[in-house]
Formats: sequence, structure tokens, C-alpha cells
Amino acid sequence: MASEAPSNKRQMVTIDGNEAAAYVAHKTNEVIAIYPITPSSGMGEWCDQWSAEGKKNIWGTVPLVAELQSEGGASGAVHGALQTGSLTTTFTASQGLLLMIPNMYKIAGELTSTVFHVSARSLATQALSIFGDQSDVMSVRSTGFALLASHSVQEVMDFALMAQAATLEARVPFVHFFDGFRTSAEVMKIEQLTVDDIRAMIDDELVFKHRQRALTPEAPVLRGTAQNPDTFFQSRETVNPYYAACPAIVQGVMDKFAKLVGRQYHLFDYFGAPDAERVVVIMGSGAEACHETVEALLEKGEKIGVVKVHLFRPFSVKDFVMALPKSVKAIAVLDRTKEPGGVGEPLYQDVVTSIGEAMANGTAPFAAFPKIIGGRYGLSSKEFTPAMVAAVYDELKSKTAKNHFTVGINDDVSHTSLPYDPSFTAEKRDVVRAMFYGLGSDGTVGANKNSIKIIGEDTPNYAQGYFVYDSKKSGTTTVSHLRFGPRPIRSSYLIDKANFVGCHQWIFLEKYDVLKDLVDGGTILLNSQYPKDEVWAKLPRPVQEGIIRKKLNFYVIDGYEVAAKTGMGGRVNTIMQTCFFAISGVLPKDEAIGAIKRSIKKTYGKKGEDIVKMNFDAVDQTLANLFKVDVPAKAESVIGLPPVVSKAAPDFVKDVLAKIIEGNGNDLPVSAMPVDGTYPTGTAQWEKRNIALEIPSWDDSICIQCGKCAMVCPHASIRIKVYDKAALKGAPATFKSTPYRGKEYEGMSYTIQVAPEDCTGCELCFEVCPVKNKQETKLKALNMVPQPPVREQERANWDFFLTLPEADRRTAKVDTIKGSQFLQPLFEFSGACSGCGETPYIKLVTQLFGERTVVANATGCSSIYGGNLPTTPWTKNADGRGPAWSNSLFEDNAEFGLGYRLSIDKQTEFATEILKRLSPVVGEELTNAILSADQSDEAKIYEQRSRVEVLKGKLKEMSSTDSRQLLAIADHFVRRSVWIMGGDGWAYDIGYGGLDHVIASGRNVNILVLDTEVYSNTGGQMSKSTPRGAVAKFAAGGKPLKKKDLGLIAMTYGNVYVAQVAMGANDLQTVKAFLEAEAYNGPSLIIAYAHCIAHGINMKYGLESQKAAVDSAHWPLFRYNPELAKKGQNPFKLDSKSPKLRFEEYAYKEIRYKMLTKSAPEEAKRLIKLAQEDVTSRWHYYEQLASLKFDGGAGQEHK
Amino acid sequence: MDLSTTYLGFKLKNPIVPSASPMSRTVSGIKAMEDYGAAAVVLYSLFEEQIRHERNELDHFLSYGTESHAEAISYFPKKEDYFLGPEEYLRHIQDTKKAVDIPVIASLNGSTVGGWVDYAKKIQEAGADAIELNIYHISTDPEISGGDVEKLYIDILRSVKSMVTIPVAVKLSPFFSSMANMAKRLDEAGADGLVLFNRFYQPDINLDELEIEPSVVLSTSEATRLPLRWIAILYKKIKADLAATTGIHAGEDVIKLTMAGASVTMVCSSLLRNGAKRIGEILNGAQKWMIEREYESLEQMRGSMSHKSVANPSALERANYMKALNSYM
Repeated sequence: MASEAPSNKRQMVTIDGNEAAAYVAHKTNEVIAIYPITPSSGMGEWCDQWSAEGKKNIWGTVPLVAELQSEGGASGAVHGALQTGSLTTTFTASQGLLLMIPNMYKIAGELTSTVFHVSARSLATQALSIFGDQSDVMSVRSTGFALLASHSVQEVMDFALMAQAATLEARVPFVHFFDGFRTSAEVMKIEQLTVDDIRAMIDDELVFKHRQRALTPEAPVLRGTAQNPDTFFQSRETVNPYYAACPAIVQGVMDKFAKLVGRQYHLFDYFGAPDAERVVVIMGSGAEACHETVEALLEKGEKIGVVKVHLFRPFSVKDFVMALPKSVKAIAVLDRTKEPGGVGEPLYQDVVTSIGEAMANGTAPFAAFPKIIGGRYGLSSKEFTPAMVAAVYDELKSKTAKNHFTVGINDDVSHTSLPYDPSFTAEKRDVVRAMFYGLGSDGTVGANKNSIKIIGEDTPNYAQGYFVYDSKKSGTTTVSHLRFGPRPIRSSYLIDKANFVGCHQWIFLEKYDVLKDLVDGGTILLNSQYPKDEVWAKLPRPVQEGIIRKKLNFYVIDGYEVAAKTGMGGRVNTIMQTCFFAISGVLPKDEAIGAIKRSIKKTYGKKGEDIVKMNFDAVDQTLANLFKVDVPAKAESVIGLPPVVSKAAPDFVKDVLAKIIEGNGNDLPVSAMPVDGTYPTGTAQWEKRNIALEIPSWDDSICIQCGKCAMVCPHASIRIKVYDKAALKGAPATFKSTPYRGKEYEGMSYTIQVAPEDCTGCELCFEVCPVKNKQETKLKALNMVPQPPVREQERANWDFFLTLPEADRRTAKVDTIKGSQFLQPLFEFSGACSGCGETPYIKLVTQLFGERTVVANATGCSSIYGGNLPTTPWTKNADGRGPAWSNSLFEDNAEFGLGYRLSIDKQTEFATEILKRLSPVVGEELTNAILSADQSDEAKIYEQRSRVEVLKGKLKEMSSTDSRQLLAIADHFVRRSVWIMGGDGWAYDIGYGGLDHVIASGRNVNILVLDTEVYSNTGGQMSKSTPRGAVAKFAAGGKPLKKKDLGLIAMTYGNVYVAQVAMGANDLQTVKAFLEAEAYNGPSLIIAYAHCIAHGINMKYGLESQKAAVDSAHWPLFRYNPELAKKGQNPFKLDSKSPKLRFEEYAYKEIRYKMLTKSAPEEAKRLIKLAQEDVTSRWHYYEQLASLKFDGGAGQEHK
Repeated sequence: MDLSTTYLGFKLKNPIVPSASPMSRTVSGIKAMEDYGAAAVVLYSLFEEQIRHERNELDHFLSYGTESHAEAISYFPKKEDYFLGPEEYLRHIQDTKKAVDIPVIASLNGSTVGGWVDYAKKIQEAGADAIELNIYHISTDPEISGGDVEKLYIDILRSVKSMVTIPVAVKLSPFFSSMANMAKRLDEAGADGLVLFNRFYQPDINLDELEIEPSVVLSTSEATRLPLRWIAILYKKIKADLAATTGIHAGEDVIKLTMAGASVTMVCSSLLRNGAKRIGEILNGAQKWMIEREYESLEQMRGSMSHKSVANPSALERANYMKALNSYM
């Protein structure tokens, strides 16, 4: 790993871009202020970990790493630390960089040396995207920061250092950036700089000067004045000499680096024919693909070249034009960003301007003004391949070359896109290209990362790995792309001509065209549960045909059996990795086996001999179970591929979303996409994922019909209906139904039905089921059974179930578990983790209020499983009503939701005004009924909706301006429910200021905090909700401080409804709190305990975790209802009982706490003791609150 | 009065050794037992499942859900070093060794041969004076014969012995077809002591939850009968020292078991009920008895009522009450 380098000998290491940047940043800084955001989080995580481990920078001190509440906060802290003389850095991307802009102007304006390392990422526009492009860095190009681009993982390490050296000399702050994911997450074999290298590049004299500029009371100065029209302008111009000098300083640093290390870089690196006529100008990882393409095309005699831009700001016109060959006639400038309405994208504009200036003042090396065109490529990590590069060079040949083009997509709307030939390749034949299809849970990616290390470190080969994940958090498909070759690898794009494909799960044969990217004569390795003699007959026909057509070598192994035999469970990773080495011949077999075992020892050695031995056994048993299949000459399979979505799906689902589901989203043209990011809801129902190995089966004979199973189901895949027996007509033979037990629906029938293809098999329903079979106590009213044998039968049952009528909301007892679970969930089949602790709460909101709800969703897990394409779980009922949903940002969600409320309140008011005016026309009785309607329960809301329908009917027959105005907004007379949802990262940290303001506004909004006590979506970073003693990223040594009590803070306002709930501990209290919060005509805050994969628990016991959290008083249940205060009662009700467990009895059931006992036992003891004190003192405080006599505060009520 | 004895090669001032129990979870608890007269101490037990579980648990949860989503490649900080296997136990051994002068015997519980036995080595390195290996195997598989189970016991002992140079005593249950033969084989396999017998958790049924619950019932003096018989039978038939455990609550119990042939008498339930001070009371009781009967040392009486020394050895062999027969010989 990067941090283990000896001080003077350069080693080859296989690391990703984030680690490369973090390595230099940690060595060259003293203060590091961080905040998690994909894809930059890794840099902060590395630095936090290294500092926690006591690793030192080049001056021999351990950098201080501090997490802030937002990127805005991080940049403020950076600014302050710089002002007081520390070498300081930060890492960010995308919206995070935007939040730093105000400070960036300040830091640059004050000529302060610093480097921000940015893994460049798309900005959220019509949609959020976590993937890579340069929209973010292009948004800071006017801040005064220098912008320095790295194009590969090696360059990331090199430029991170050169940026640091240059900023100290130039006093201009730097953004050092590289493409998010493509470079930040690409694992590459690179040469690691030594501590001596770093020492040699950083001039301590410049560091001393940086210190001398620090604010100190020993020599006080004032910096940051307010200036007026008389002086601001002149002051602003003072920095010009520094910017003028900066390019030469950077080049000087590059030259010094070249002497030291041997790699020579330039501000603008030219590669190509000296007499090139056509030149591409590009910046970022795409430059590597360009370089590779130029190499290939030069061999064909083409006169082309590429200018790879490193220093984009300050843009040196002189250096740029001198980098171009004299012979250049046509230039294509490629921008990985979009500037709608601009003359062109930023790099294009700079190139045009530079050449214009050079031509005007006669400094250009060429006589004629070259043709210049600009184009966009690669937005949001869109593939940018040699085929696309070749298309750009081809376009430059044309006299009518298209300007402002796009490449890599099919723009059939504005017709900007260039056509390209996908069969074109620039890759050399001696590069091994291997792809592996795996599940997130089978360890494929981890094994491939190991393979890269093995090949990178045990052979002279260069190695590259890149990993693609689908957008779901459960049952994720992963595709690993590995290249090995004798030269450094510049292929900054996915493999599309593989020599080897490993298909690690049989199900992929049905879901994806895994043979698509294989070259003729390539090798396919299949993990098959069928023996080698039977496997061929089991293949779908298109797969058989593909294998025959491409003359593939076909290998099989029953990896599941080897895994089972050797105790590996579902993790086939080591087995499939061994197969790859055995088949591919990248290393001699024995050497490969030895290397795999060494790698296993290294990976698992510290986790114990048993695990090492288990993996060794798996390796040893693999080869005996690996077989080559004799491929028949003819495909005879009658097995076809299932349709991607049902024929019954709407056209948009079939035509657009299905393409994305099957992995062909890249083929969708521009015209297929909505213009403004608006998508239909209710589409998740069409994506049948079939990821559960086992699903629950209902035993109607012992079920007590409590409804708990439906309540806790994270994916709404277990449902309950009560209906007239007559509705059973036409039911499938295996459809289960039983008489309803109870008075309210006496005589009716009752069914619990599972959606077999949507269930993820999490087992929460089984665990929560309170009934035990009297004959066999291990059985409950729900029991897990294998899914495949019952899939068809239960699919038919599910389809029939959907035809049964939904419960009448007017009569359902919504304040009970049983009653609430008759209501249709309008949030279903999300991409959340199996066993997710958040989604049951969201689902409950949609059951209780969904048909009149608008949701503001903070960025985070809930916005990803709730709003990530291809399909979305928010849905609507048979009347077409359901939650309307949007996500603005991470930091502004409370304000965003308040905006909904303000708008609704205003429009309701406006509608009221008009209705009053129209009263004589529409009828006074109707007007009064609408305006004075009590909408406190479902029946009354139903009546109001009917009245509004009557009103709308009347309005439709009218033509006055008022009537038309009112018709457009009359629906507001039905009470709307505004829900503001998000995680603790939002509510406690980045969005807290807004949340505070919104609850102080007094407006009727409902805020649901899905509290996992950690930033779950970005991979488990500490938030202010993280409990003391828990380990999280950015708190590798255990969180030292106590959890923020958000509920208590909110209660201090007095007019905020506040509830703390945990469904697993008290589901009825949860339902009550949701109903009370929604009914309260003011701000409400519900803080819901959500167990999470980031807690390190077995998710099927998530509800038990919740219960333990409550039983230990870590999570007291309470409701604070201001309505009670109005009645002279104590508004605070403590709903949980005195602690039954010690804090550690709860905590040490979870790895997040327990792992500290394994890494820092003494600290763990100290923190757990303090955490117990936190819990105890808070409980006592709450007890006192609950016993307060509410008559002005004096005295206590008798219990 | 000489109460001294020798066990596992250690010269002990008296035969009272607190056996594995929660009392030895804290160094202060152990110190108190030493202060009240304990001659050695067996630390609380570390279970094979615990060792395996802790290792596998961490590996499982640190990798669970990883590499599954582009934004969350993992959920926990990457740590290079973990104190794996229950390191806490090793530290407890070290701390205890620093705090007390009496021999410290670590207790390792297991039922299979496997990687966990390497933990014995770490126990030795941590400074334990000896290991008490508690082997328990509830064979639920009808295909597994008694011979298979016996072989397993021997294999486990051998693999632990191969890891360490400190003495290893084996604590086992009485449920063998031929206890004497089993004891002999363990003796031959290198057991330095036999601790007779362990008390299993006996399951109970929770009628509210319809779940099986493990439950512990503390012993009474009655429970000494079983170890008493077998110690008496085995005394001098094997080389290994014999330790009596289960049911030792009073001085008389110590006397009886020493007469049967025990080198040490281990106490647990009595201390859990009455606290460490009970050690002193038991010792006083034993001493009082010896003074009254004018015994000089425990050594004097050791084995005096054993199978080989007692007048009527057949009394130790009977399994059921039989009306005393008049001797006609």
C-alpha cells in the first residue's frame, strides 16, 4: 500500500487515483479538513486512517484530520488554517466544490498556497450523477485557483506533488483534478514517489514564507478588509504578476521533477506526428485514450497529434500555441463539460481565443488560422473510446466539420453527434483483457483487485482494473474490467473486446449479453450449478449460438459446490480467481497458485488461520473441478431469454427503461430522454429482479393477522388485503385465503401475499412474526422457502392479489398496525439494501398519507434507492394519486420542502380568495363546505375530495379568468402533506442550519430523519449523530464525542412536534407518532432509528438491533406534542421503559462498536464507559422532563 | 498443618483452586481469591466457538455489503491490525500474572480439531502457567460412534500439546463407556492432569417464548459423588494428576476428595454463592477436621480411600443400591 514506502527506493504499487492523491496530500500537509462526497471520499478516508495510525508527513508530524459539517465548512476551516500558517488541504467533487467557491475566491484573492484535490464529477442538473466529468472544476475557473489536470493514476501522484511545490512558489492556490471514477477509482500499477522525492520537491524556505504570512498576535495584521469603489478595482489587479509568473513556475517544477524522477511533463504535452495536420486538444483521462488512438493511427501513417492540457488555469497562450505543430490545419477541442448557451465549452473558448490572440500578434508558429471545432464527450463517465477519438479525427478531415458536436451518444434531436465505428480498436494484441460479471455479495470485485495486485507486483506486467456497479444497493451486479500488458496502459475506457469473460453467476446469462464484448476465439468461464456434461443443454439458445459463432473456449466450474465444501458460503471469489489464472496463463499455473495463496495470507492472515485455510482449500479444490466443455457444432437449446419487462408495462418502460435495465442504456438516443428530468412514478414494479434465494411462505392456519410482517417489509413485497369472499372467483388454485379474524371486517376474507420476484429475501418478516407453530416451533406463520420452485406459482398468485380491491381508506383503523397495513404502500420494490431499516418508515408515510403527499428528499441513500434510474419505487394508486417526489440537493432539503409548503399555502390562499369571489356562481353551500371542511381523518378528506371534484366540474363549464385560475389550483383545497426526508448526514450536519430554520418557521411541514447514525450512502462516514465509541470512516479510532441530541434541540422551540421512534422496538408508537406529526398544524420532526448495513449487523436481526438500542436507552422513544401543552398537559411523553440493558450489551452486538475493542481495546473501554454515561444522563434528563408538572414549570407531577 | 499439594508440577500451598467462572473475569476478583487463600486459579473459559466466531464475525461484517455500490465500496475504515482471536483474554492473562503470585491456569474450551488450537500457543506466550483444556462434544449424529468421539478427544489434546510446553490438564465429562480407559488414553496422549468433571449447561424450555434456553444450576455438595468415585478409581492407575471439581462446598468435601486421590479440589458454585471469602472458610473447615482427627498433612490421606487402598473397593464399582450382603467369606 501507498503509505508503506521506504524513504529512498521507488516501488511499483497498484493503487487507485484517490489513494495516489491522498498519499502525497498526507505527506505534504499539516491540517486536512474533509467532508464525504463521491467520488472523492476515498482521499479523506485514507488520510483519516493514516493519521489514526500515526503516520507522519515529511516534516515528521502526524497531519490533523478534521471532518466538517459540509464542504462549505471544510473550505472555511481550510481558509482559517491557511491564514494561521498551516499547510492545509481538502478533497472534494461536484456540488462539494461548488460549496467551496466563496472561500476559493477569498483564498486566491489573498494569494494563499494550498492544493485542493478534486476527483471531478458531474454537477446535478436535470438529474444528479455521481460519475465523472469536468463540470465541477469548470465552475471554479474564475475563482483565481490554478487548475492542474492529471490524466492517469501515475499522473495523479506526480501532479499532486508538483501542485504542492508550485503553489508554495507561485502563491497561487491550486485545484489539482482528475476524472472521477475513471481515474479516482481506477486501480493501476504505478511507480510510487518516495519520501525523499517528496522532500526534494518541497522547498522548506517557501514553507517558512507561508508561515511568515500567518496571522499572529506577535506581529498582528489585518486581512480581509471591506473596500470601496475607490480602491477595490486596483487592489484586485495587484495579483496579476503572480498569475503571469505561475505557468513558468509550474513548468519549472515539472522540469525539476523530470530531473529527479525521470518523467517529463509540460503545461501542454504534445504527442503525435511532428508534421501533424489534425490535432485534438483535450484534458483529463480522455487524453490517454487519445494518446493511445494517435499511436495506433500514426502506424497507419496518419498525420495527427494530440495536445494534452495539464495547466488549464492560468492558461498560458504562449505555451499552448507553441505546443501545436507548425503544420496544424485543423483542431478539435474536446470538453468534458457542458455550458448551455455559451459560444462553446471553456477549453474550446480558450483555444479559439489563444490562437486568435497569437495570430493577431504574430506569435503563432503557423501561418494560417487553423480550423477549430469544439465538442463535448464523456459527460457523467460516458464512455470515451478510441473509436470515438478516431471519429473526431475523421471529422477534422471534412471541409464542413461539425462544430459544437457531441461524440459518444446519438443526438437525434439537435443532431450534434458524430457517428463512429464501434469496431475500431487501438489496443495492442498483447494486452490481456478480461471481464468478470459478479454479484456484489460474491466477492468478485475484491478478488479481481487481488489479481491486479498479484500480476502488478509478481510480474513485470502493467495492470489496470476498473469496476462498474449497477445502481441498486441489494443484489448488485458488478462488472470488473482488467487489463494486463507489457507497457503502461492508457486505455481509459471499459473493455469492449475481451479475450476472457468470467460469468460468476448463472442468472446473468438470462439478464445480460455476457458474450457481447468477447472477441472471436476468446474464453468464457461460467460458474454453473450443473455438471459439465449437462451444462450445455441448460444454456439459453442465444448463449449457445454466441459460443458457437464466436468459436469460444468454454470452461465451467461448480463454484458454489467448491465454496460450500470449503466453508466459503456464497463467496466464490477465490475459486473463480483461481480459474482465471489457470485458464488465462497470465502466470505459469504453479506460480499463479503460489501468488494467490500469498495474497490470501496477506489479506486474511491477520483475521486468523481458519480463514486462510478455508481459502487455501478453495484454491486447492478448484482445479480439480474446472472443466473445458466440448462445444457442439449446433445450438439446440429451446430455452429462450425472458422478456426484460412484462408486455403489460407502459410504452415508456418498454422502450426506454427496459433498455437501461438490460444494460443497453448507452444506445438510447437523446430523443428518448425527458427534456427536464421528469419521469413517471410507479416503474419499479416492472423491473423483476428475482434476487431472493428464499422468500416467505404464509401459513394461513396459524397466522394471527397482526400485520407486523407487512409493516416491516423494506421492499413492500409482502402485502395484506381484506376483501369479500366473492372476489376470490378466478383465484389460482394455490392462492391462499382465510377468514378475517376480528369484528371490523367480520365475514370477509384475508390474504397475506408475497411478491416473489420483488422480495429480496431479507427475512425481517420471518423474524418479526410473533406466532410459532404448535407442532414444530421453528416454524412461524411466515417461513422462508426457496424461491425458484415457487416463483411461477407465486407470480400468478401475486398478479391475482393485485386485482383484489384495496381497503377503503375511510373505514380502515389507521391508528393500529393491523389497520394501517391494509393501506396500499405507494413506495415499493426500491433498490435499497436487503433488510433496509429506512424504507419501512418511508413506506408507512405513503400508506398513511401517500395520495396527498409531496416529498422533498435530501440527497443520500433515500434519494438513490428512491430516485436512481432505471426504475423508481414511488408509485400511485388506482386513482392515479400518489406521492410526488423531488430531490434538490444534499444541503438544502429542509428549505426545499419549506418551499413546497410556502407554495401550497400561497396557492391555497389564492384559491380561497377566488372561490369566495366565485361563491355566488358555484354556490354558497359548496363554497362554505369546502372552505370550512374538517379534514382530520380519511373519511373527511374523502368528502372534501368529492366536494372539490364537484367544484372542478362546475369550473370546467365556466370560462371566466377566475374560474380558469381556480381550476388550475382547486386541488389545493384537499389538505396536502409535505414530507421532508433525509438521513442524519443531512439533518444533523450539512442541512442542519436549514432544518433549524424550517422548524423555527412554524410552517406545517413533516420532517422525517432516517437516522442510521452515519453517512450510509457514501460508505459509512461519521456524522454528528454517530454515537460515542462507534467506529466510522473519519472516526477510525472511535467517535470520541457524544451524539448530538437533535430531538432535544428541536423541543426547545416549544412549537415543534418532535418524536423519536424505532419501529423494531415499538411499532405502534411509530404509527401514532406519524399520525400525530402529520395532524399537527405546524412543523414536525420525526427521528427514526434505522438499522443499517453500516452498523455491521446481520440485517435480518435489524429489528432486534432497534429493540436493543431502545432497551439500553441509547434510543429513548418519546413524543413531544405542543398540542398537549395547549391543554395544560406536559407535552413530553417518554414512550420507552427504564433501561433494561447496559449500553455495551446493546453496542457490542454491532461491529461498529465492537471493532474498536479489536483495534484499540483500551480506548474502546474508555469510550464505552463514557457512552454509558451519555445514555444514563440523557435518560435521567428525559425522565425529569417527562415528570415535569406543566403549570409554568414548577414542581413535579406525582406519578 | 501441612495442606500443601502438587498439581501439574506446581507446588501449591493448599488444594483449593477456584475453577473457571465469572469470578476470574477481573484481576481484582482473582486477587481477592488469592488473598482468601486460593492456591492457584483457573481463568474463565475461552471457547473455540468464540475464537472462530470473533475471527469470522469481523471478516464477515467488514466485507458484508462491500464492493456493491459505486458510492459505498466499503462501510468501515480499512484497518491493518486487529487484535484478533479474543486478545482481551491474552491481556487478562498478562495482567493477572502481574497481579498475583499463584499459578495462573488458562481455560480453553473446544470440541473439534482446527485452527483455533493455535490459540494455546498465544496463551503460553501471554504467560499462563498451564492450560486447562475443557473438551466437550455433544454428539448428536447417530453415525458418530463412541470410538469416533474418543478419538476426537485424543486428537484435540495432542494438537494442543503440540502447540505448547506448559502443562495441559484435560477437563472432561463422565459420559464415556469406559471412563477408566479414556482416562488412560488421555494420560498416554500427554495429559498432565485430568479435571473431573465439567458441568454442562443443561438446556431448559422457555414456555413463553417456546425457545430453548441454556441454564446453569449451581452445584451442591451432593455433586461431589461422581468425581469422588472416579478419582478414587483412577488414583495411581494413571500418571496424570487428578483434580476434583463440582460440588466442593465445605472442608469435608476437600477431605473426602483428597482421600479419594485428588491433588486439588476446585471450587466454583460455592464462591459464586458466597464470595471469595468462602475459600478461607473451606480451608478452615478442612483444617479443623484434620486437627480433630490428628492428621498431619493432606499428603498423608491422599488416596487413602481410593479404589486401590480402600477395604471394600467393590463399593466404588456398584452402580445401583444393593442391599448389603453379609459376607460369607
